[in-house]
Amino acid sequence: MNATSLTAQPIASPHAHGGNSVSRTMFRVQIALVPATLYGFWLFGWPSFFLWLLTILSCLGFEALALKMMGITRIRRTLLDGSALLTGWLLAMTLPPWAPWWVAVVGGFIAIVVGKQVFGGVGQNVFNPAMVARVALLVSFPVPLTQWVYPLPLTSLAAPDFIDGLRIFLTSLPQPDAMASASLLGYTKTELSRGIDLLQSLAGEHAPVLSWIGARSGSFGESASLLILGGGLYMLACGIITWHTPVAVLAGIAIPAAIGHAVDPTHYLSVSAHILSGAVMLGAFFIATDYVTSPNTTTGQIIFGIGIGFLTWVIRTWGGYPEGMAFAVLLMNALTPVIDRFIKPRILGRDRKGKPLDIPESKGA
Amino acid sequence: MSDNYGSIMKEGLWDQNVVFTQLLAMCPVMAVTTSGTNGLGMGMATTAVLLVSNILVSMIRHTVSSQVRIPVFVVLIATLVTVVDMAMNAWMHELYKVLGLFIALIVVNCAILGRAEAFAVKNGVMASAVDGLAMGLGFTGALTFIGLIREFLGSGTLFAQASNLLGPSFAFLEMKLPGYGGALLMILPPGGFAILGFLLAGKRVMEQRIAARAKDAADGAAPAAA
Repeated sequence: MNATSLTAQPIASPHAHGGNSVSRTMFRVQIALVPATLYGFWLFGWPSFFLWLLTILSCLGFEALALKMMGITRIRRTLLDGSALLTGWLLAMTLPPWAPWWVAVVGGFIAIVVGKQVFGGVGQNVFNPAMVARVALLVSFPVPLTQWVYPLPLTSLAAPDFIDGLRIFLTSLPQPDAMASASLLGYTKTELSRGIDLLQSLAGEHAPVLSWIGARSGSFGESASLLILGGGLYMLACGIITWHTPVAVLAGIAIPAAIGHAVDPTHYLSVSAHILSGAVMLGAFFIATDYVTSPNTTTGQIIFGIGIGFLTWVIRTWGGYPEGMAFAVLLMNALTPVIDRFIKPRILGRDRKGKPLDIPESKGA
Repeated sequence: MSDNYGSIMKEGLWDQNVVFTQLLAMCPVMAVTTSGTNGLGMGMATTAVLLVSNILVSMIRHTVSSQVRIPVFVVLIATLVTVVDMAMNAWMHELYKVLGLFIALIVVNCAILGRAEAFAVKNGVMASAVDGLAMGLGFTGALTFIGLIREFLGSGTLFAQASNLLGPSFAFLEMKLPGYGGALLMILPPGGFAILGFLLAGKRVMEQRIAARAKDAADGAAPAAA
């Protein structure tokens, strides 16, 4: 910090800078994402790597373009703060691993331009940009966004090599050998609508235990719940996030799921199936904890988290889409200003109603 | 103002555009602009109502006392809308099936009562007619433009089913982008709001550029003269 910026700031007390910054926080979140991402590359092969790369590049590209069009000169510095990179990374984690290239580009545009820069850039957006893009893509292109592949680990013979991976990524032709699999949530929803109850439909390949290690079809980054959980715990240990939001999200989905499953196991998925499948882990630790779009107070964060978890469960159970995490996050994002309006932190020196506290008589006088 | 037809036209088409400046009539703007044809049809129906209602309101403006003017205007507009509604049902039945309820809802289109109140009661018949026409054409242009963008992004076509509206001789307008699945979101209301937002921003930027250029020209001219 140089002298001019010091004089420009109103200084009330001697404050020490904690050394924290936007880029440092973003960097730590990215470290937390690395294990699940590498595992995703291994599980889904080269196409998923190209998808991840292009999603991030398009986010950075659209960020630079938007800043340039708005006449802002700090383009390089804004790009290097890592927020656009993280948005792209999170978006890539939620996409089907073999999604074609244009999904990445359109997603980057929606996330950065519509989801973020329209509202005024980093720190100003009402909705989580990655989730805005995810929902817009899902609503716009239902077919490519719901084509899941069987996990084909890079070491297996059937996995596409580098060139084949590029071809799959660029041509966006359906791959009949690989594209046969539905995610657990989609599968159970289809089977239920066919009148087959959960006890029969879950007997086969979709054992919840597979979700722990991610050996199942699903989005690129959210397959391995365990690794996402590990990344989340790392962020907790670093102090980037607090426990309130993730715990509230998990409780918000686990409690109704437990009640439903206890009442009628043939129609309601079990707690473990709910928590370990889809985007719950990613959403609880990486999406719902977004500083910008979540409430400021811990009480508010708990309400916010429970709302996300509960809405996810409601959408999964009765909604038209098999997965509801992104919708739930957006709905609660919209409620965040209301939550912040009613639950305010106590101002220093005032009580909760905003009245100044009585100054205690000093004993010496 | 009331006699300068050129400036009235310009106000209606651009400066005071119903959609892009006054942000009125958002309900039909969002609901029917899923294709260029729908937007054009809706815009032309509204223009017809707006033109005639402005003329009639201007003609009776000295006879109707100001206390009862609103009900009288509403009855007038409702009559006109019913005529347009039946005419479209008779002669453009395919388009009528698409636009359906929104034709009848022109009655409560705030742009029409708004022009009656803001312009026609204060101005002569000719000026009111020009104003109604300009506002209607501005509205039609905006609706068609938004409709074309949403149609192109959402389903990869341009002026699909234009022959329903304009007759078989206009079938050449219909275009289709081969091999494009379409982004469903653009057909849905959120897409409409997003497109309108980007167009509003674009119009603001354009106006700022024009104003800046005019200012530069004025600044450049002044020292030269001095």
